[in-house]
Amino acid sequence: MDLLAQIFVEPFALMVEMPDLLVQTLWEGFVSGVLYALIALGFVLIFKASGVFNFAQGIMVVFAALTLVGFYAMGVPAFLALILAIGVMFVLAFTVERVVLRPLVNQPDIILFMATFGLTYFLIGFGELVFGGEPKVMITEELMLPTGASDFDFAGGYVRIQHLDIAAAVIASIMIATLGVFFSKTRIGRALRAVADSHKAALSVGISLNQIWVIVWFAAGIVALVTGIMWGARSDVSFALQIIALKALPVLILGGFTSIPGAIVGGLIIGIGEKLGEFYWGPVIGGGIESWFAYVIALIFLLFRPQGLFGEKIIERV
Amino acid sequence: MIYREAGQYKTSYQADRAVFPLRQDRIGIAVIVAAAYAAGVFGSDFLLQAVLIPFLIFSLAAIGLNILVGYAGLLSLGTGAFMGVGAYACYKLMTAFPEVNVVVWILMSGFFSAAVGVFFGLPSLRIKGFYLAVATLAAQFFLQWCFNRIPWLYNYNISGAIEAPLRTLFGVPITGATATLEARYFVVLTLVIVLTWLASNLVHGRIGRQWMAIRDMDIAAELIGIRPLHAKLMAFACSSYFVGVAGAMMVFLWYGGAEYNVFNIDQSFFILFMIIIGGLGSLIGSFMGAALIFMLPIGLGIVLPALGAPFGIAVDAATIEHLRFMIVGALIIFFLIVEPHGLARLWQIGKQKLRVWPFPY
Repeated sequence: MDLLAQIFVEPFALMVEMPDLLVQTLWEGFVSGVLYALIALGFVLIFKASGVFNFAQGIMVVFAALTLVGFYAMGVPAFLALILAIGVMFVLAFTVERVVLRPLVNQPDIILFMATFGLTYFLIGFGELVFGGEPKVMITEELMLPTGASDFDFAGGYVRIQHLDIAAAVIASIMIATLGVFFSKTRIGRALRAVADSHKAALSVGISLNQIWVIVWFAAGIVALVTGIMWGARSDVSFALQIIALKALPVLILGGFTSIPGAIVGGLIIGIGEKLGEFYWGPVIGGGIESWFAYVIALIFLLFRPQGLFGEKIIERV
Repeated sequence: MIYREAGQYKTSYQADRAVFPLRQDRIGIAVIVAAAYAAGVFGSDFLLQAVLIPFLIFSLAAIGLNILVGYAGLLSLGTGAFMGVGAYACYKLMTAFPEVNVVVWILMSGFFSAAVGVFFGLPSLRIKGFYLAVATLAAQFFLQWCFNRIPWLYNYNISGAIEAPLRTLFGVPITGATATLEARYFVVLTLVIVLTWLASNLVHGRIGRQWMAIRDMDIAAELIGIRPLHAKLMAFACSSYFVGVAGAMMVFLWYGGAEYNVFNIDQSFFILFMIIIGGLGSLIGSFMGAALIFMLPIGLGIVLPALGAPFGIAVDAATIEHLRFMIVGALIIFFLIVEPHGLARLWQIGKQKLRVWPFPY
């Protein structure tokens, strides 16, 4: 009985008693949800345009952020470092297309998926070799991102909101909107969707697969850079970040692999659900449930709706 | 000229269907097994502790994962956690029933990870490919959390770690601090040989053929009367059994103790890499992949400082670790592009060439 009360009664009572804590938790969840959504967006971009599930997106986030910080540490001004980092992401996109994707055209999805594993490990080793393994501080102020926090009085308590988090939410929204327009309205966007449906068919109507892949990996690289800056500003830039990127997988399961709105909604559900679960239900079973909560949500969800909330229903015919 | 089947006549169907149809192969296997046992007697401590014992244990884990990924075509990223289930189950059994022989418990602990594997394999009936990878990731993170947060699993130790208590086999200590390397090596070697033989029989028999049919085309397999539920869960159970036994052996016969973060996701990835490089759907490939991935850092540790020394370049351990990641990553991409069937296929090609040597056809 006691346990049941702890699970079904007390958390809700706490929510009603202290609404300020609830709002704070929801806000925290919202912000991490936005960042999950950003990572998931990188996955969706590549999946939509090439049918490749890019496992390396997580390390690309770390790598992009490290490049930026690394250039700054060499004495390059912050904004020039940003441009150089974008350049590095382009070189990466180009190299990946040339070395990994081109020889693997039309292979089964799972082979391409495993190839991105290889890419992940290569980038981990390469990144650590070049930049060193120790965590680094993100150059938040130099990039003119707001720092500091404001407290708002709310229902007898206060809610603390970091300025950076607001900036993150705004930048993420702008980015998502731009990408959405790019995908649905432009010629390249349509070509991307054609490639996603079938490599062979896209090639046969004259779409340059190589060009599309470079573009889309570059776009994913820029998304990774933005994610890296935002996430790096909240904690440090370190290789531990790539574990967080694995969180994007449950987000994708919830949202569907090909849907940009799905990535956002999925990200928010996972972000908010995780923080609520950790804060209110975590103590009942010992805490630290953040590490698996998202996956279990996704797993249960998978059993009922495998294609995700906004995913295309794949019809398999015999 | 030496490696040829000329003159070896088969007089029964059984002989025709043998796993090793060539006499030279059978002799080769016997020589390898004999050499492996001889290594236990003559090998140095470094060779046993740092090379052979872990190599055998990782090979067993790779065989387990290969059953799931290579034979049944179900992707799993939770290998590390299933190894952990085996290790913790073995620890609980060893400490709860100290009078039973430890080898029995090592073999029994696999059944616990098999049960857990079946549970997390249930979604495989509805989902495939990387969707399934997420389900196994859930297993990875949830189980690892359990090892950390459930004190009952590590007998409420203050350190939070499990440690191998002293246990003997025929009066010789094989686990715990006083066990000699040789004793542990012989136990590991014998168990790995027995389990590999078991795995070989599994994959060559009815069950293995069911897995391969499911892997190649699940709908067609269902049409010819294979029950996907049965076959997939069987694959999860068998795979997790081998992986669990490997985990128990890793902790009790190699490390001597472990914490929850030994069974992290990197462990899962490295075992997956072993089978990708070694060859999906091949037992010999599991051994080759384990050898390559596991020996790589040791080899680099010996070769790189020797290369750098004449030029005055000091190569530290961290650099070697980074290079190892880079090389492993590059090797995976290389193998996927050039030889998707891995080292096992190269081995096969080599044998075929040898068979027709000195004539090219």
